[in-house]
Amino acid sequence: MTRLLTLAFAALMLCVSLATAQDSPMQTLLQEHRALIEKSSRQTIEPAIVALRDSGLPQAQLVMEKWQAKELWQRKSDNLFFFAEKVDSKTWRLTGIDDGQAAGEFAKKELKQLKPNSGVRSMIGAALVQFQLMSDDPAKRIEALDAIQRDLAPEQLPALEGAIDGETDPQILDRKVRLVRLLTIPYGRTEDERVAAINSLSGDLGVDARAALNPLVATTRDAVAGAVPEGTNVAALLKPGSATFSNEEAYALLVARDLAPARVSAADRREALQQNIEGGKVGGVPVAQLDTDAARERAYLGLVAEGKAPATATEAEMSVALASHVFFDRFADPNPAITDAATDTLKSINLKVGVNQVLDLTLDAMSLASIYFLAAIGLAITFGVMGVINMAHGEFIMMGAYTGYVVQQIIPDYTISILVALPLAFAVTFAAGVAMERLVIRWLYNRPLETLLATFGISIALQQLAKNIFGTQARPLTSPGWLDGALVLNDVVSISYIRIAIFVLALIFLGVFLFIMKRTRLGLEVRAVTQNPRMASSMGINPDRINMLTFGLGSGIAGIAGVAIGLYAKVTSELGSDYIVQSFMTVVVGGVGNIWGTLLGATMIGFLQKGIEWFNPSNTLAAQTYMIIFIIIFIQFRPRGIIALKGRAAGD
Amino acid sequence: MTGTFLSRNPSVLIFIACLAAFTLAVTLMSEAAGSELISTSFVKTLGKTLCLCLVAIAMDLVWGFAGILSLGHFAFFGVGGYMIGMWLMYARTEAIVATSLANAEIPPTDQEIIDAIGTQIFGVVGSSDFPPIWSFADSLTLQLLMVVLVPGLLALVFGWLAFRSRVTGVYLSILTQAMTLALALYLFQNDSGLRGNNGLSGLQNIPGAEGIPQATISVWFFWASAVALGLGYVLSAWVVSGKFGSVIRGIRDDEARVRFLGYSVEGYKLFIFTLTAVIAAIAGALYYPQAGIINPAEIAPIASIYLAVWVAIGGRGRLYGAVIGAALVSLLSTWFTGGQVPSIPLGVYTIVWVDWWQVLLGISFVLVTLFAPRGIGGLFDYFSGNRAPNRHGRDLGPDAGSLREQEAEQ
Amino acid sequence: MSQLLEVSGVSVTFDGFRAINNLSFSIGQSELRAIIGPNGAGKTTFMDIVTGKTRPDEGRVLWGEMSQSLLKMSESQIARAGVGRKFQRPTVFEDQSVYDNLAMALKKDRSPWGVLFFRPQANDRVRIEELAGEIGLADQLDRKSGELSHGQKQWLEIGMLLAQEPRLLLVDEPAAGMTLAEREHTTDLLKEAAKTRAVVVVEHDMEFVRRLECKVTVLHEGSVLAEGSLDHVTKNQDVIDVYLGR
Repeated sequence: MTRLLTLAFAALMLCVSLATAQDSPMQTLLQEHRALIEKSSRQTIEPAIVALRDSGLPQAQLVMEKWQAKELWQRKSDNLFFFAEKVDSKTWRLTGIDDGQAAGEFAKKELKQLKPNSGVRSMIGAALVQFQLMSDDPAKRIEALDAIQRDLAPEQLPALEGAIDGETDPQILDRKVRLVRLLTIPYGRTEDERVAAINSLSGDLGVDARAALNPLVATTRDAVAGAVPEGTNVAALLKPGSATFSNEEAYALLVARDLAPARVSAADRREALQQNIEGGKVGGVPVAQLDTDAARERAYLGLVAEGKAPATATEAEMSVALASHVFFDRFADPNPAITDAATDTLKSINLKVGVNQVLDLTLDAMSLASIYFLAAIGLAITFGVMGVINMAHGEFIMMGAYTGYVVQQIIPDYTISILVALPLAFAVTFAAGVAMERLVIRWLYNRPLETLLATFGISIALQQLAKNIFGTQARPLTSPGWLDGALVLNDVVSISYIRIAIFVLALIFLGVFLFIMKRTRLGLEVRAVTQNPRMASSMGINPDRINMLTFGLGSGIAGIAGVAIGLYAKVTSELGSDYIVQSFMTVVVGGVGNIWGTLLGATMIGFLQKGIEWFNPSNTLAAQTYMIIFIIIFIQFRPRGIIALKGRAAGD
Repeated sequence: MTGTFLSRNPSVLIFIACLAAFTLAVTLMSEAAGSELISTSFVKTLGKTLCLCLVAIAMDLVWGFAGILSLGHFAFFGVGGYMIGMWLMYARTEAIVATSLANAEIPPTDQEIIDAIGTQIFGVVGSSDFPPIWSFADSLTLQLLMVVLVPGLLALVFGWLAFRSRVTGVYLSILTQAMTLALALYLFQNDSGLRGNNGLSGLQNIPGAEGIPQATISVWFFWASAVALGLGYVLSAWVVSGKFGSVIRGIRDDEARVRFLGYSVEGYKLFIFTLTAVIAAIAGALYYPQAGIINPAEIAPIASIYLAVWVAIGGRGRLYGAVIGAALVSLLSTWFTGGQVPSIPLGVYTIVWVDWWQVLLGISFVLVTLFAPRGIGGLFDYFSGNRAPNRHGRDLGPDAGSLREQEAEQ
Repeated sequence: MSQLLEVSGVSVTFDGFRAINNLSFSIGQSELRAIIGPNGAGKTTFMDIVTGKTRPDEGRVLWGEMSQSLLKMSESQIARAGVGRKFQRPTVFEDQSVYDNLAMALKKDRSPWGVLFFRPQANDRVRIEELAGEIGLADQLDRKSGELSHGQKQWLEIGMLLAQEPRLLLVDEPAAGMTLAEREHTTDLLKEAAKTRAVVVVEHDMEFVRRLECKVTVLHEGSVLAEGSLDHVTKNQDVIDVYLGR
C-alpha cells in the first residue's frame, strides 16, 4: 500500500514536473541550474546567466531584473522559484515566474531569499543590458547605450555585439557600432580585432575616440639595471642629461624604484647639521664657516663619518648609477601592434583636430573682428570724414549698452526689448553726438589735437556720470532665449548664436553704410565735403549740416555697437574704454577714410589677437601686449594703414 | 637776443625764488621742524605734487614746444618709479631676511638669502625666482642708472620707430597711447617679473634709514623733489631758450618747412622725446618712494591723458604754465576726491564731490579748451599786455589734420 | 660748364594719373631759369621731386660735380646738400621773431647736439643784419614774423633761403600777392642771387618772367614742351595751343 502510494505519488510528481516543463519553461531552466544559482558565486554563476540570457524566453528579462533586485525567492518545500512580495513582516506573497499567477501567501520561514552578491549582480546587469538594447522602446535603447558609455566594461562587448543585428533605427545602429569599436579597443578578444577597431577610428573627431585611444599610448617612465627586459613595449629610450630628461630626474627615478640610495637634500642636510652642533662645531667644521655649500658638504661628510647622519650618494656614485641603468618610457599596453596602431590613429586624429581647431579659431576671430568692426566703424566715419578724433566714442558705446539695459528694465520680453533697444540706442547716441558736435567739436575744426583733448574731457565726465547714475557694479543685458546656445558643427568646432548675430549685425552695418554713402544724397554730400569742403559749400551744400549728421551717424552706430557688445559682456561704465584703444588701432591699421580699410583692419586685429591667444592661451594680457607691439611695427611699413590714400591727396 | 641766459629768461629766476621760498616755508612748518602746521602726509602730498610738476614740464617740452602730443609720458614716469622701487623693495627685504636668518643656528649661504628674498617678494605671484630684470636690484648705483636708461631706451626705440615712419599728429598720439596700454597690460601679468597687479609696495621705508622718522624722511624727499624740479625747470628753460628751442617750435608749427631748411626733424623729435622721457622717469623715481606703492594701474593710458589735461589747463608752450596746471589740478583733485569738500544739498539730490569731481573736471577741461586755449598761463600774458600777434592759421599745434585744405589751394 | 642738377626720364603716377611724364631737365651752376606752364602741368610736383618730398616711379635726379643721386636722400639731406625751396604760400615761423627765423636758416651745424650748444657769435649777428638789410627788414628784426605784411613775409622767406646759402634755389610763384614795387624788388633779388647760384622760378605771370630776362622752360602734362628765350617760346605753336586752348 505504501509502495503503491509512493508509486502513485511519483507518477503524480512526474506528471506535475512534465506539466511544469511544458507550462513553465523558466522554472525548468532555473531548476536545471539550481545548484549554481543557490551557490551564487561570481566564479561559477556564468553558465546560469548565459542560459537565462540566451533562453529566448519572454520572462527572462523580468526574472533577471527580479533576481538582481533580490526579489526572487525559493520555496523551501519544493525548491521552486517564485517572485515574492512582502505582505507584512512575517508573510510574503508568492507569484509564479512563468504564469504570473498568485501562488498564495507563505510564512517567511518557509521561504528562502536569493541574495546574489554585488559581483553576480553586475553580471546579471551586463546580461540585462542586452535586453534593454533589444527593447522595442528606442528611448530605452538609448538609455542603455548611455549607461554603457558611462562606464565601459568588457562584459558589455558581447551583449552589444548581439544587439547590432535587428536594430532598425539607423542613428542608434550607428551608435551601437561605434560603441562596439570603442569597447573592442581595450577589450577585444584578438589583436587583429583591436587593431581593426583602432584603425577604424582614424580621423574621428569625437572626444570619446581620443579618450579610448589615449590610455593605450599612455606611458610610464621606468628604469632597470642592464638592458630593457624582454616583452616590454618601449615607447622611447631616454638618455639622462638630455634637455627633456635631466640627470636629477633620472636619479630621482632610480631612487623612487629603490635602485639607488637617496641623496640628502639641501634642506635635510641643513636640518642634520643643525641637530648636531657640538661646541660650536659640526662634523669638525666651525658653525660660523657654514655659510657656503662646500663647507656644509664637508661638515656633513664629517657627520657621516661619525655615524651621526645617513650616508648620501656622492656625485661620482650618482654618475655610476646613471650609467649602469637604462631609462625608458613604457606603454601601458604590452602589445606593440596595438600601441603602434593607436599612435598612428591618434596622429591622424590630432591632424584633423588641428585642422578643425584652425577652423574654430577662424570663426572666433571673425566674431571678434565683427565686434571690433562695429566698435570702430563710427570712429572711422568721424575720423575719416571729418578728421576728428573722438575720444568719447567709447562712452557712446557705453551709452548704447546702458540704453539697452534700461529698456530691458521696462520691457520684460527680451526679444521685443532688444528690437526696441537697437533703434533707441541709435537715437540716444545720435542725439548725444549731434549735441557734442554743435557744442564743442564745431569750434575746434582743424585743431585735431585739441579736439582729442576736449572729447577726452567729455569722456571722463560721461564715464563718471554713468557711474553716478548706474553705480559701479556690472549690469546685465540679457539676450533673448533664441540666441542662447551654440551652433555645434562637431566636437571641436562650435560658435555661439550670439556671435553669429553680431557677425550678421556687422554685415548689415557694412551694407547700410555702403548704401548711404554710395546711393543717397546724404552720402554724396558727405563725400563732397570730405574731398573739398570749400567747393562743396560753394555748390550749395551746407558743410555744417553734413558734419553734424556725419557725427550723429558715427555716434549712433556706436550706440548700436554698445547694445551688441553689452549682450555678451557685462555693462559697466568702463565698457567703452575697454574697446576704445582697439577701435583706434582698427582705424589706424585699416587706413583713414575708407570703410573697407576699417573692415580689413578689424579683420586683421581680430585674427591677430586670436592667433596670438592660440599660441599662448593662458595669457590674454600678453596677447594684447604683443598685438599692440605688432601694430606699432606694422605702422612702420604702412604708416597710412592697409588701404592708404595715395598721391597728393595723402599729404606728405 | 643778447645777454645771459638768465637775463633773457627772467621767469626762471622768479620761478626758482618762488620754489625756494615755498620749500623753506613747508620745511619750517613741517613736523620734522617741530611744528604742527603741516602734517607729514601733507608734506608727502606736496612733495609728490612737485614731482608731478616736473613730469608736467617734460610734457610741456614735448607737447607745448615740440608739438608731439605724447600720451605715454606717464608710462615713463611709472617705469622710473618701478626701477627705483625694485631697489627699495630688494634692499629692504634683504635687510628683513638677513635679520630673521641671523637668528638661525647655522649661518645662511648666499643662495639661501637670495631664495628667501625671492620668496618674500614673489610669493604673492606664486613664484620665488628672480626674473632677469631684477639682476641689478641689489645695487643702488646700477638701479639708479636703470631709472634713466630703461625709460630712455624705451623712448628711443619707440620714438625711432614712430618718427622715422613720419607718424604725426593724432596718429602719433594714438600710437603712444597704444604703447602705454601695451606696457600697462604687460605689467599686469603675474609673470612679467614685477609682481603683476600687486605692484611694488612698502617703498616709503627707505633701507638704511630705519631709525629715522617718516616726518624727517618726508622732508628729505620734499627737498629732493624741489631740487629736481628746480634743475628740471632750468634745464628745460635752457633747452628751449636758444636756437634749439627755435627749431623745435618751428617743428611744432610747420614740420615740413623745418625739414626744407635742412634740419633732420626726426632727430630733433627723437632727442626731445627721449630727453623728456628721462625727465619723467626721474620725477617718477622721486614720486613713488613718497607714494609708497606702485602698480600697473598707475601707468594706464588715462594717467598720461590727465598729464596732458594738466598742461593744457596750465597753459602750453610756457614752462611755468605746466607747473601751475599740474600743481593746481592735482591738489584740487586730491582735495575733492579726499572727501574734504562739503557736499551741496539740492533738496532732491545732494552733490557729493567725490562722485562729481570727475564730471566737473571733464567739463571744465572742455571749457578751457574751447575758451582759454592758452590756459591759466595765458592770464599772465593778458595782464602784462603781451598779446600774441594776430596770426594766420591756427593757434598752437602742429597739425592740420590732413592736408586737405592745402590741397584745395594748390 | 658742368650741370648742377640733371633730371632725366622722370615719371610719377598718382593713382593712375601721370603727373610727371618722362621729364628731363638740367640747369647749370649759376643760371636763372623760369618754368611756366598751365595748371596741372606738373610744376609743383617737379619741385617736390627735386626736394625729396615725392619719390618718382622711375628716372634719375643727379646733383653736383659728383653726380650724386638725390633720390636716396631725405628732404633735410637734400636741403643740406644745397637745394633751397620757397613755397607758394609764405611759410615763415610766425610765432618767432624775424631774427630767430633768419638765425634758424643760417648755414650752420644742423645736428641736434650742435644746435643745442649753439650760441650766436658776433659775425653771425652781422650776417643776419646784413641779410635783413638786403630784404628790407633791417628795422623789423625783433618783431614777430606773424605781424609782418604778406609781402614782407615773402621777402623774409627769400632771406631765409639766402641765409641757407643754397647752390640751387627753387622759387614757387614769388610774386603772388605783391605790389608792383615789391615785384621789382623781388626781381632784383632773384637776379642778384642768380649770379652766384642756380635759381629756378616757377611763375604764371608772364610780365614777371619777362622781367627776369632768362631762359624759359614750358611744362605741359608733365613733360617739357618747349625751351628757350621767352620770345622764342611764345612764338612756338604748341605753346600757343596749350595756353590758348585748341
